[in-house]
Amino acid sequence: MEMLQRIFAVGAPSEVADGDRSARARATIGVLALALVVVALFSLTSGASDASAWDVVVGWMFSGEAADAALSARDRIIVYDIRLPRVILGILIGAALAVSGAVMQGLFRNPLADPGLVGVSSGAGLGAITMIVLGSTVLAPVTALLGIYALPLAAFGGGLVTTLVLYRVATRRGQTSIATMLLAGIALGAMAGAFSGVLVYLADDRQLRDLTFWGLGSLAGATWTKIAAAGPIIVLALVGAPFMARGLNAMALGEATAHHLGVPVQRFKNIAIVAVAAATGASVAVSGGIGFVGIVVPHLLRLLIGPDHRFLLPASALLGASLLLLADAVSRTIVAPAELPIGIVTAAVGAPFFLWILLRRRGILDL
Amino acid sequence: MIEARDVSVSIGPKRILQDVSFEARPGEVTAIVGPNGSGKTTFLKALSGDLTAEGAIRLNGRDLREMKPWQTAGLRAVLPQATTLSFPFTVREIVRLGIVNGRSGALAGEDERLPERALARVDLEGFAGRFYQELSGGEQQRVQLARVLCQVWAPVLDGEPRWLFLDEPVSSLDIKHQLVIMKIARDFATRGGGVVAILHDLNLTSMFADQVTVMSRGGWPRPVHRLRCSPTISSTGCSSAG
Repeated sequence: MEMLQRIFAVGAPSEVADGDRSARARATIGVLALALVVVALFSLTSGASDASAWDVVVGWMFSGEAADAALSARDRIIVYDIRLPRVILGILIGAALAVSGAVMQGLFRNPLADPGLVGVSSGAGLGAITMIVLGSTVLAPVTALLGIYALPLAAFGGGLVTTLVLYRVATRRGQTSIATMLLAGIALGAMAGAFSGVLVYLADDRQLRDLTFWGLGSLAGATWTKIAAAGPIIVLALVGAPFMARGLNAMALGEATAHHLGVPVQRFKNIAIVAVAAATGASVAVSGGIGFVGIVVPHLLRLLIGPDHRFLLPASALLGASLLLLADAVSRTIVAPAELPIGIVTAAVGAPFFLWILLRRRGILDL
Repeated sequence: MIEARDVSVSIGPKRILQDVSFEARPGEVTAIVGPNGSGKTTFLKALSGDLTAEGAIRLNGRDLREMKPWQTAGLRAVLPQATTLSFPFTVREIVRLGIVNGRSGALAGEDERLPERALARVDLEGFAGRFYQELSGGEQQRVQLARVLCQVWAPVLDGEPRWLFLDEPVSSLDIKHQLVIMKIARDFATRGGGVVAILHDLNLTSMFADQVTVMSRGGWPRPVHRLRCSPTISSTGCSSAG
């Protein structure tokens, strides 16, 4: 939270003399990387059992025999099999949500576009629910074929279809109508919700409980299997993101100008849409609907380092990962020993922030 | 050399251009004039590759349809009528976007200083740190021109002439800056590049254009009239050559 305040303070009115913010952006990325390391270590070592967690981490980092010997088997299991997968999953999901938000905003040329707001997450959710409910009956062959990847791929498919429909509906001749985009997002989200509702109606008791917790958004139950399932897709999208930076920067001037600057616009849009759907789908598949990370993180960073995607995308990945780990820490401790789904924490913080963005934009327009 | 033969453009069922033929030579400013709705912008979009057109368009002898976007971007830069921006970029960040694929043609290591130099040319010295969205319409248009200039900074690169396509480059400018911009176009052509500009002001056209193409509303298909002007003689000195 302290970091948030500092970002607000630095980000508000300042301006560099010659308009080159790349030095500041690089420094910020360095600080964010450092912050992520600190937050990750904090997450690894904090929790209900903290007797010798620090020793485990020290032993793990320096692989010293002496430290290793001091650990109880229980502490090692807690750190390696419970907290470490959770921290890694948190980093992956936080980075994926923030980067897909930033890419989508660049693609739609609007700071309010976010997979969660415009129905992409709902579409991915429909794909995931389909797999959860029908995976052992009607879709059993698919499950057999794809194994652990069935769920993330189904979510990816749902997200992809939603994004494509949304883009088709909202964009005419390279101009995206914001009102159409948001309204179409509501319609698509409602449609996905209706179909999801039908599937929930079909679900048995065990599936219902899975669906409920999954739907609220949570990193609980992070396992190495989940990381193996969603990790590769997310890492692929994250590694691909920096290659989109130049294209997204050109797109900020409009599709025609992007074409004039040598961007193969149609192919670029296809790649970006697939990347957003993949990252969102994989995240939704393993952690449910975690909202507002994709809108809050890029927005804060644009205030701080500007909209240049060469820096915005890596910075979003780092800050998204840190914020989600912090939110997870809050969700684990605020009602300990029980825990709150992380989606509730991000919504509670993110929704007021979203309203603040709207008010601020209105303020600028009214001046 | 730009050659267009029998170019037609339809949007949906509506035919907007029919059988337009056109030529522009490097070393010259070629002006396109004509009333609103005569298809000037559509034609420039066809030349830029924004619209798929029937007929043949050749850019320095190469078929435009067979060129990749990044290849055309190294040969021509396009100034649109107006550009809206979705995010708060600074002026310098916008101008920098013009330096694409390392093909500005500036001397090695000069690309970093190019935005400032381009801004100075369009009379926007000291504007690099301002936010684009806070500038006036005329200032924004000149920022875009600076970006376009960066893209083809050297009018001739690897022995090949490069091109500036300008869609109403002076429409929102005061008289002083109209002259500044037209002189930049003139200078680009003098140094071996080619300029194709849509203009409304016949006075400016006669001052700066080497060749004028008149497009008329309706009446397609009809051959395009070409007038030849001497850059220093007023409009009455034009003689019909086509």
